[in-house]
Amino acid sequence: MEINYGKEYIYDSADLDRHEGRVIEDLKAGSRVSIPDPDAWLEEGRRNILLTSVDAIIDWARRSSLWPAICFPACCAFEFIAANGPRFDLSRFGMEILRASPRQADLMITAGTLTWKMAPNVRRIYDQMPEPKWVIAMGACGISGGIFRSSYNVVPGYNKILPVDVYVPGCPPRPEALIYGIQLLQKKIAKAHAVPDLPKLPEIPRL
Amino acid sequence: MTVALPAGEIAGKLETKFPGCFEEGGKDNLLVKADSLLDVAAFLKDQPDLKFDYLNYVTAVDYYAYFEIVYQLTSLEHNRSIVFRTRAYGRDNPTMPSVTGLWRGADFQEREIFDLFGVAFTGHPNLKRIFLWEGFQGHPLRKDWNG
Amino acid sequence: MTTTQEMTLRTEPFVVNFGPVHPSTHGVYRMRATLDGEVILDIEPVFGYLHRGIEKLAEERTYTGFIPLTDRLDYLASMSNNLGYCIAVEKLAGIKVPERAEHIRVIMAELQRIASHSIAVGAFVNDCGAYFTPFLYLFREREKVLDLFDMVCGQRLTYNYMRIGGVSQDIPPEFLPALEKYVNHMTPFLNEFEFFLKQNEILLARAKGVGILPNQAAIDCGISGPVARASGVNWDLRKADPYSIYNRFEFDIPTGEAGDCYDRYRVRVEEMKQSLRIIGQAMKNIPDGPVRADVPHIIRAPRGEAYGHIEAPKGELGFYLVSDDSIAPYRCHIRPCSLINLTALREMVRGWKVADLIIIFGSIDITMGEVDR
Repeated sequence: MEINYGKEYIYDSADLDRHEGRVIEDLKAGSRVSIPDPDAWLEEGRRNILLTSVDAIIDWARRSSLWPAICFPACCAFEFIAANGPRFDLSRFGMEILRASPRQADLMITAGTLTWKMAPNVRRIYDQMPEPKWVIAMGACGISGGIFRSSYNVVPGYNKILPVDVYVPGCPPRPEALIYGIQLLQKKIAKAHAVPDLPKLPEIPRL
Repeated sequence: MTVALPAGEIAGKLETKFPGCFEEGGKDNLLVKADSLLDVAAFLKDQPDLKFDYLNYVTAVDYYAYFEIVYQLTSLEHNRSIVFRTRAYGRDNPTMPSVTGLWRGADFQEREIFDLFGVAFTGHPNLKRIFLWEGFQGHPLRKDWNG
Repeated sequence: MTTTQEMTLRTEPFVVNFGPVHPSTHGVYRMRATLDGEVILDIEPVFGYLHRGIEKLAEERTYTGFIPLTDRLDYLASMSNNLGYCIAVEKLAGIKVPERAEHIRVIMAELQRIASHSIAVGAFVNDCGAYFTPFLYLFREREKVLDLFDMVCGQRLTYNYMRIGGVSQDIPPEFLPALEKYVNHMTPFLNEFEFFLKQNEILLARAKGVGILPNQAAIDCGISGPVARASGVNWDLRKADPYSIYNRFEFDIPTGEAGDCYDRYRVRVEEMKQSLRIIGQAMKNIPDGPVRADVPHIIRAPRGEAYGHIEAPKGELGFYLVSDDSIAPYRCHIRPCSLINLTALREMVRGWKVADLIIIFGSIDITMGEVDR
């Protein structure tokens, strides 16, 4: 078949852009309040509720093989990759598999600044992850918007659109700090029930 | 060493070739009128002893009464550079001819100026917002934009 | 006798969306690709997923307070971003930098070039199919550079080290011996690394002749940096328009001829070797003296405008500053070398297959922090 390079886009890109713009505006309007952190486990831990031995085994399996999903907007991504590298080895915690597909991941490490344009995509990735799933907000931009907080396009913290379990400060946090955050998450998983109770989030429309 | 050409040298040549292309008092900083922008730009690019074939950047500055679009060109052969500018008056719907026909590198940069300042470029192959989404209200880098 | 009838299949081009979250694209870059089977007809890039409004934030910060924001532009080459911005402000305000600071700046900028090219070359070879082995080798060497930076300013990725008029603090006494050890170690490492990859069949088959950018198109699109030099444009700001004290050092500018992915890879590896050469010359006879000119932290630049540009690892990074005699810039525009280098992507990939699209895109080497700002 003759390839005709003279053809420009065969789809209506303006229409697609308008639809995506509406999705972004809706998400922005609906994210004024932070989503509360799922920290019910702290209270339970204080009350010393005993877990069954099945729970203990499931939790051990889950926390020792956390597979992160790829979500690398910005600079923190390179500290995460360095943490995965040969020097600060994350694979000793069972995390060397960086899953490209969110369907096979259970941890989302948000490494970078979140912008309103990117927000629906990150939410979609989070929604596609099967439960149980956890989120680590990495870096100052993940916690509160960081150095860019007063900008027009920056979401002031990932907890506006996702429930966050662990916050790792730093700009960017050193790989050692990230590993400490992951160990805190592992402690949380050790004390959790087999089926975590995550808040129900509003749906993002399909493309 | 790239020599930044002083405006006076080029201004004389441009004035003889395109009389009336400069705004009033615009000869010292090469302030060109918007309608003669394309002629001046093509002359600067094609003339063999000028040959400014490399566009460093196109940017806009908001000076309340007008938007000033600044161009910097470099001649790789003669190792010289020059800055010239033009103004788009009015805040409601400022327009400017596009130089993407001469330097293709201006493509994304003019889209950025349209997105962040609101200056529309006539003759641009694909003028739409580049960094912000369709449906974003306003143009953020304007001085009178608030939230 | 049988005759075969040809059956013409009617096919239609279809649109596939790449990104913004994709394991192979470097950062949050999105492309809507129109494909005819595997062959690419057209791509439409979509940007803005990391647009943080840095140019608008510049108008709210002081000149010195903007330096940490410049770190986050091309976050793999923070020292170069800092240097470009400081040179622009020094041009605007007419500040002269002391000699010791100039030497330190050159050493930091060239070390940063090696670190940035390590990631570029590693990610490129990763995309070609060498799953992580060369990438991790180069990453291990990059960690040594980051250790040197850690020694100097305490940070591994976004340094905030350069100041207007010099650098923020002096180098500690253990820095120079460590730097010498690094230079002596890195040169044979690069030769060994190249030896494994230079004539590798798979790399040659995947990268030679792929994604050719002609010389005239490169100049027309405003391409700069290793991408332009691989297409034969002999233009390097360190030689053509020397800034800092680059005119005192001897080094070559590697250029390619064909302008394909393989040439871009070779240009980057050769540039790493030339950077080691410059560092070797710069670290001899560093004069004593102050490391920062005697300027206040809050600078009030005189009315006017200036454009300062440097040869960053990715291309020509420039800062256009307009000042209205106050403590913050009136307008700060950043010339994004990665965004302008992407102008040529659309015609470089037409006719190639999807796998080549990833390689061609990887060979341009962009950082989304700089594209989107």
